[in-house]
Amino acid sequence: MTAVLENPAAPSSEPEVGAVPSFDVTLRIRRYNPESEHGEESTWDDFTVQVHGTDRVLDALHKIKWEQDGSLTFRRSCAHGVCGSDAMRINGRNRLACKTLLKDVNPDKPITVEPIKGLPVVKDLVVDMEPFFASYREIMPFLITSGNEPTRERLQSAEDRERFDDTTKCILCAACTSSCPVFWTDGQYFGPAAIVNAHRFIFDSRDEGATQRLEILNDKEGVWRCRTTFNCTEACPRGIEVTKAIQEVKRAMITRAF
Amino acid sequence: MQTHQYDVVIVGAGGAGMRAALEASGEARTAVISKLYPTRSHTGAAQGGMAAALANVEEDNWEWHTFDTVKGGDYLVDQDAAEILAKEAIDSVLDLEKMGLPFNRTPEGRIDQRRFGGHTREHGQAAVRRACYAADRTGHMILQTLYQNCVKQDVEFYNEFYVLDLLTDHDLTTEQIEDGAEVNATGVVAYDLASGEIHVFQAKAIIFATGGAGKIFKTTSNAHTLTGDGMALAYRRGLPLEDMEFFQFHPTGLAGLGILLSEAARGEGGILRNSEGERFMERYAPTIKDLAPRDIVARSMANEVREGRGAGPNKDYVLLDLTHLEPAHIDAKLPDITEFARTYLGIEPYTEPVPVYPTAHYAMGGVPTNVQGEVLRDSHNVVKGLYAAGEVACVSVHGSNRLGTNSLLDINVFGKRAGRSAAAYAKTVAQHKELPENPAARVEAQLAEMRDRPEGERVADVRQALQETMDANAQVFRTGDSLNEALATIRDLQKRYRNVSVQDKGKLFNTDLLEAIELGFLLDIAEVTVVAALNRKESRGGHYREDFPNRDDANYMLHTMAYRRPTSAPDAGDGHVPGYFDHVENFGDYKVVLGSKPVTQTRYEPMERKY
Repeated sequence: MTAVLENPAAPSSEPEVGAVPSFDVTLRIRRYNPESEHGEESTWDDFTVQVHGTDRVLDALHKIKWEQDGSLTFRRSCAHGVCGSDAMRINGRNRLACKTLLKDVNPDKPITVEPIKGLPVVKDLVVDMEPFFASYREIMPFLITSGNEPTRERLQSAEDRERFDDTTKCILCAACTSSCPVFWTDGQYFGPAAIVNAHRFIFDSRDEGATQRLEILNDKEGVWRCRTTFNCTEACPRGIEVTKAIQEVKRAMITRAF
Repeated sequence: MQTHQYDVVIVGAGGAGMRAALEASGEARTAVISKLYPTRSHTGAAQGGMAAALANVEEDNWEWHTFDTVKGGDYLVDQDAAEILAKEAIDSVLDLEKMGLPFNRTPEGRIDQRRFGGHTREHGQAAVRRACYAADRTGHMILQTLYQNCVKQDVEFYNEFYVLDLLTDHDLTTEQIEDGAEVNATGVVAYDLASGEIHVFQAKAIIFATGGAGKIFKTTSNAHTLTGDGMALAYRRGLPLEDMEFFQFHPTGLAGLGILLSEAARGEGGILRNSEGERFMERYAPTIKDLAPRDIVARSMANEVREGRGAGPNKDYVLLDLTHLEPAHIDAKLPDITEFARTYLGIEPYTEPVPVYPTAHYAMGGVPTNVQGEVLRDSHNVVKGLYAAGEVACVSVHGSNRLGTNSLLDINVFGKRAGRSAAAYAKTVAQHKELPENPAARVEAQLAEMRDRPEGERVADVRQALQETMDANAQVFRTGDSLNEALATIRDLQKRYRNVSVQDKGKLFNTDLLEAIELGFLLDIAEVTVVAALNRKESRGGHYREDFPNRDDANYMLHTMAYRRPTSAPDAGDGHVPGYFDHVENFGDYKVVLGSKPVTQTRYEPMERKY
């Protein structure tokens, strides 16, 4: 789609907003509902819905829930990629359903939708997030300082602020952690998201808790479990260079420079 | 059913709820109940900044900020509250910085500030840099920082618990309660989504921080979960809602989608253009142009489209032009919103203007409170032990139109105040007030009825019809006719609602059931919004009546107070509901009674609003 200022009436080869054709798409969704006739078995259900070119996977899920099967269960809130509720496995990749346009995931074939891996499934696409948040809480994800607070703000140079900018973007959606093969096999592993949030404070010039956090992450379930597969970086819907952040934490552990 | 006892129970874990929790939890036994995980709250979607006259980059002071807030709200602002907002803004921002919030910095290392709509120096002379910000993710940073500090303080959360009733020791809908008589809030009833179990929370003090109700509209920047729960629960229990006719439409929603593009885009130099490439805001607000307050910009945009100067194949949007800005500047200051344009519309903002149109954004009205956060049961009596803060509340610091960056401020200033007041009050109460008999009965009956209804209408159909009529008839431009049409549709939908059924009959994580309950909230909030809009036969701030295009201070310099009452209850004007509007909309099974509350004026006389 284009919108041209100089000559708004110019015909465009690209489809315009509102002029996008609709098409049919099939979602193959992994279902699990212990209250259903299937009990503890999970099953696959196919649903076909008509969608528009600007629609996202979340729109298709809503259409299914609202028009065909009200029992289809998933989390969502903001619907534009900032709240982190709707991380799921779409065609085998961890993504946010609200940020994944259907036209970008090859709608010619059924699109598979599954819950993220490594966390207990509660119902359909909903997983138990408690273990994920427990790891997050363990790395002391808050500013640690000593002495009296200044009267005004703490000063921080723009460069020092930039140092940890990337990891402040985390929305705790768990796409990274649940894409990590180490986490799949070892639920005790802190996982990328917790390390990202440790990074956010370790490299904040105002913070004085880096040593404590590094000690926590030096644990056998800490950063050394990372095998640098880059799944996490690929999965992050916020574009955080997760693997790089983990590497920086590893390096800080050795050099104690942060 | 499980029961819990706390000193303070906070409903909602967005900015206001968590800011309150940080104050209350150190002082009193506190729990936060939220229908989402705290970090999912919609505070996280706020982008541009938080206003405070820090004067870090140019001369500024809280008095100018107060004036801008009052004028921005078209003089319906309570000026004592606006002064508190502007004065306490400075410490609120510094509090957040000390908690770790990563603000953007000036070359000297101070908190950086930028321009935003309606914020000026010297009472409207020119735009001033007052918005403290962290790129275009200020709300995200505030939400994360507050949650981080809640983790640090070990605040107790009940996540994915839906509060579905408010308990009081008097029935405000039917009892005649004397002026000055004591009414107490005693607890809330919640539904645990994961298990389907009911929990009753008995509390000495309760804070509502449940956010807004943007989902009464179709095109909205609001999350799916913003269904007006707190407002509707208070309203159903007989408490008034204040100024519900004033809803803010944010000028720059992504066209067709409603996803928010921050006003910071214009604060950083972005320009709105019509199909002719004209910078049309020069005609509507010659002094501050694109940085006029949101109501004025939204109306100007809608007017351009109406007069045939809209862009696109259907000429139904205008263009936000950032193409003259350096890509590096865009990346540094507006990274998220430019990514939204790329992701959702396939537009490259470096080189192409972005299609935008007003999107339903913010409820100026809500549950009335005083400046301590105490909820009012009429124009002046409080409900003891009940507090509200944030978008659910109406203090009123926003009057008829909120300025950008004043809501992130509101949640911090009044969240903190509500948290402190609630904890202080709870400490003075020796014993919990007694709960009513069978406190959960009403919620249990409501849920059972909804779950057990074998077949009926789909929730989604009724909701869609509601949202469409609100977009068509109660948006930027309104008339008596359009509002009457909306009301007739809503009345019909209220009837249809009694026949909706859910397909999911289970106990576990039944979001189908909860969407149905939320639809009930939406219908009630839309209804009261339209009734209040019909009654206000003037144009002020976000409420524009084409049939009454001027502000009418002689008749309407008053807050609207809307009460829902059984048909048999006495009407306004007889002491039961102190009122001046005395307007009653009788719906057969209940009625909406409109009363009023005076506007607090201190230093600023109402003037014509020009920018």
